[in-house]
Amino acid sequence: MHDLLTIGKHDFRSRFILGSGKFSLGMIKAVIEHGGVEMVTLALRRANIGGEANILDYLPQNIVVLPNTSGARNAGEAVRIARLAREIGCGDFVKVEVIRDSKYLLPDNYETIKATEMLAKEGFIVMPYMYPDLNVARALAEAGAAAVMPLGAPIGSNKGLCTKDFIKILVDEINLPVIVDAGIGRPSQACEAMEMGVAAIMCNTAIATANNVALMSKAFNLAIEAGRAAFLAGPGRVLHSLAEASSPLTGFLED
Amino acid sequence: MKVNGKVVALGKKLTLQDYLNAQAFDLRLIAVELNGKLVPKSAYASVFLSDEDVLEIVRFVGGG
Repeated sequence: MHDLLTIGKHDFRSRFILGSGKFSLGMIKAVIEHGGVEMVTLALRRANIGGEANILDYLPQNIVVLPNTSGARNAGEAVRIARLAREIGCGDFVKVEVIRDSKYLLPDNYETIKATEMLAKEGFIVMPYMYPDLNVARALAEAGAAAVMPLGAPIGSNKGLCTKDFIKILVDEINLPVIVDAGIGRPSQACEAMEMGVAAIMCNTAIATANNVALMSKAFNLAIEAGRAAFLAGPGRVLHSLAEASSPLTGFLED
Repeated sequence: MKVNGKVVALGKKLTLQDYLNAQAFDLRLIAVELNGKLVPKSAYASVFLSDEDVLEIVRFVGGG
């Protein structure tokens, strides 16, 4: 059975999206391979001199590039960054990220909706990073988003699923892939999110700040697959009081 | 001319492609905005630069 993640018209076998920040270029390939990763985010920055090493030359050929709009403080800047990123020639995906708050790095949901609408009209496959709010997720779907990417906790914090209950509302109500982006710190947290029905996990700092980045990438891959399988299997029920024997209650030796 | 926020003396009349090549940029890996407008890669050879121009040259880097 193929359990594919579809974003726009693209199918992915992997549900682990890797953020590529904070890694040495030489480690990226190993992290991608150990994680079974098919999609990697990149940022756009000024190129001041020619001839520098470029991250595109360190990615395996089959990797789908997801440029982000980091640095954008409003919708207009996000659109500008997305257009430049597309011109480099790695496809139509864009992760819209609009942040005005430099202390907590929380996304500006209002500007994110505006940017999503503009970019979807220009043919981009838009994956907006957002604070998990049901009304905003509905507006993003209406604006043409191909997925929504709610945060689990502040970017780079490794604090885990602080917004779990609100992400679950999006999973239940939004007919788009819900991808937890930001804050996931450990494989167990990624697994927990996947068990609850999110479509994929995006992760960067948890891996980049681990002692062994390739091994941690593998751990995330296994956890994400385990959580997905558990979701598809349907978890067993919970007894809120008493107990229920797992072994038969007949045929005891003293009978 | 201003390139990525820094003033640069142009010297002689150049196309955008000449300038980028002279600076050793790998054209596969960059995108360019001239005076606030995106320049398609296909137009690099036909766009001439002048001292009043504002150029932004960008590339991908690691990022989440």
